[in-house]
Amino acid sequence: MNNELIVTSSPHVRSQDSVDKIMWSVVLALLPAVFAAVYFFNARAISVIMTAVAGAVLTEYIFQRFRNKKITIKDGSAVVTGLLLALTLPPSIPLWTAFFGSVVAIGLGKQVFGGIGQNPFNPALVGRAFLTASYPVLMTTWTVDGVSTATPLSQMKMDGIATDTWRLFIGQIGGSLGETSALALLLGFAYLLYKGYVNWRIPLAMIASVFLGTFAFGADPIFHLFGGGLMIGALYMATDMVSTPTTKLGRWIFGIGAGVLVVVIRLWGGYPEGVMYSILLMNTAVPLIDRYTRPRSLGEVR
Amino acid sequence: MKVLTFKQGIHPEYNKDLTKDKPLKNAKRPEEVIIPLKQHIGAPLQALVKKGDQVDLGQKIADSDSFVCAPIHASVSGTVKEIRKVTDPGGNIVDAVVIEAAEEDSLNSGLEKHDNLDNLEPDQIRKIIREAGIVGMGGAMFPTHVKVSIPDDKSVDYIILNGAECEPYLTVDHRVMVERPKSIIFGLKALMKAADAPKGIIGIEDNKEEAIESMQDAVKNEENIEVQALETKYPQGGEKMLIEALIDREVPAGGLPLDVGVVVNNTSTAAAVADAIRDGKPLYERSISITGKGINNPQNLIYRIGTTMADLVEEAGGLKENAAKVIAGGPMMGPAQKHLKVPCVKGTSGILVLIKEEVEDYEPSPCINCAKCVDACPMFLMPTQLVNYQKNDMIEELEEWQVMSCIECGSCSYVCPAKIPLVHYLRLGKAQVMAKKREEN
Repeated sequence: MNNELIVTSSPHVRSQDSVDKIMWSVVLALLPAVFAAVYFFNARAISVIMTAVAGAVLTEYIFQRFRNKKITIKDGSAVVTGLLLALTLPPSIPLWTAFFGSVVAIGLGKQVFGGIGQNPFNPALVGRAFLTASYPVLMTTWTVDGVSTATPLSQMKMDGIATDTWRLFIGQIGGSLGETSALALLLGFAYLLYKGYVNWRIPLAMIASVFLGTFAFGADPIFHLFGGGLMIGALYMATDMVSTPTTKLGRWIFGIGAGVLVVVIRLWGGYPEGVMYSILLMNTAVPLIDRYTRPRSLGEVR
Repeated sequence: MKVLTFKQGIHPEYNKDLTKDKPLKNAKRPEEVIIPLKQHIGAPLQALVKKGDQVDLGQKIADSDSFVCAPIHASVSGTVKEIRKVTDPGGNIVDAVVIEAAEEDSLNSGLEKHDNLDNLEPDQIRKIIREAGIVGMGGAMFPTHVKVSIPDDKSVDYIILNGAECEPYLTVDHRVMVERPKSIIFGLKALMKAADAPKGIIGIEDNKEEAIESMQDAVKNEENIEVQALETKYPQGGEKMLIEALIDREVPAGGLPLDVGVVVNNTSTAAAVADAIRDGKPLYERSISITGKGINNPQNLIYRIGTTMADLVEEAGGLKENAAKVIAGGPMMGPAQKHLKVPCVKGTSGILVLIKEEVEDYEPSPCINCAKCVDACPMFLMPTQLVNYQKNDMIEELEEWQVMSCIECGSCSYVCPAKIPLVHYLRLGKAQVMAKKREEN
């Protein structure tokens, strides 16, 4: 035997999962929503998505280059952020705005905190919140089939007009690129569940509390489930691993908290939609939630 | 049969097919054995022999007056060549007696043979177990006679035999259960009598169907002993997991199974107890799986304690060209070895050889908070949080967040997609807490 033996600490076998695999699986899971976006909003959707993704990856690269850090754009996390941001933008958004949103998402939402794993907020939502605050008109101009329209939520809020449930479910409604088709979003989510790359407690808690909350206060719960950004928010943003709790109880609390905030904002707040702010608000509570929901360890006497 | 288990845990690849159907056979008697004088948890021993002494097979060569210890016996007849320092499989540097084997073995242990447990009192059984130097053969090497010495204020409801063998690759306990079920039952009964335990349970993972059948057959006429199938899940063979699965009791943090009326022993340990009582044979040999893709002829062997890994590896056809890592025990908890000139001891249940392709160089990336480690930990700890505390020397927080409950099973490191060596940090954290406690005292 002439080869040197390798010595490391145990365990000597590892699972096949990796951060890259998880991130690229999320990208894959979002593809149905991308196709739905292209189907409902035509080629315009492709340009917005490509621009946002390019903006996110480029910003990540520049930041890492500038800070002399390892370039990790291949891990897929910046692609996920760009993609998620794009899917929350109106189809008619100018491309420079989408690009700018991605720069803020990665720059202010992620890299200033130290990159992957360090961001307290969901980066895509940071980007979207920035755009909503800075360009409110661009961010609330909706078109379907080239015709200006309002989102079902604002039609309901401003004019009291309801929308057909089936159209809500498949996504033939006004709204952001990727949020409209619940069907496409659920398909991708099912894939992530199967791979074990997503937790189900937060979305379940969030969607259930929106359902129960809107029902309890006399609104149409089905409408509220599919009418706005709840699906994309609950399934893909409130499940962002970095900015959500690690304990099981914590995930329930996070989901219920976000759901309750959505109901409060939608029914009594000034905005027709509240998914973005409710998730961002709950993000701030994560360290606290984790701290107070530590499970009792086996045999521990409290 | 209903399959029981504990909460959380992981499902690594088991890879037991390499050796699971290979019957136990005696390894070639080595020309020289190197017997470390510390093969147990507890007080150090004094050597009873010196250079040049003639020793018989089974003769005691080291012992101590302390209660928590297990004497050590010669594993061949021969001449003491020297007493020198060696590195044991755990990486500790210990004194060892080197014996040059004579032509023939003559057993001379001084232990009487007893065919019937009815003629033995509990303290006689404990004495035999002690004199035979029996320790936990699953790897921990805790003296068995101490485990079945029950203080007056405690009582035992169950002796649990651990036949889970949840470490991937290893098939030692499996083979012993298949080939020596009667001995295991005899040993279990002796342990039950010694601890005054009314019931015995043998827990076996359900990927070892042959072992379950064999043991069930052996307990057909036993009223107080049952065989229970367990889900194949790591770390099912952890003492606390086993107790949780089988009788739904929780060992208190910092406590012992005895605190919930249980004593846990390995199935192979029970067989060794039977050998000591019936045949007057101290623990001078044991079985081992020599396995992995890096070994030419994987097999299960019975070897003399103190045989070097090099000897056993050679008997199993030697290392392959692309062998890259040699592990004493299984891949989850076994320590990697720097070289093969290491003597195998009472707790060495496997030599696993991994090949280059299996030994990835893991570059850890930042934690993404995915909580896979939190969801895997069988002790319900939060490894990711504990690592943060460890890295920042936050010793009080480490203690408050129960780092001392970590059983070092490695499930957290196994599942981590960022390839962070979590359990390694937890070990460091435990050491920090212990160091602080020593300082305070």
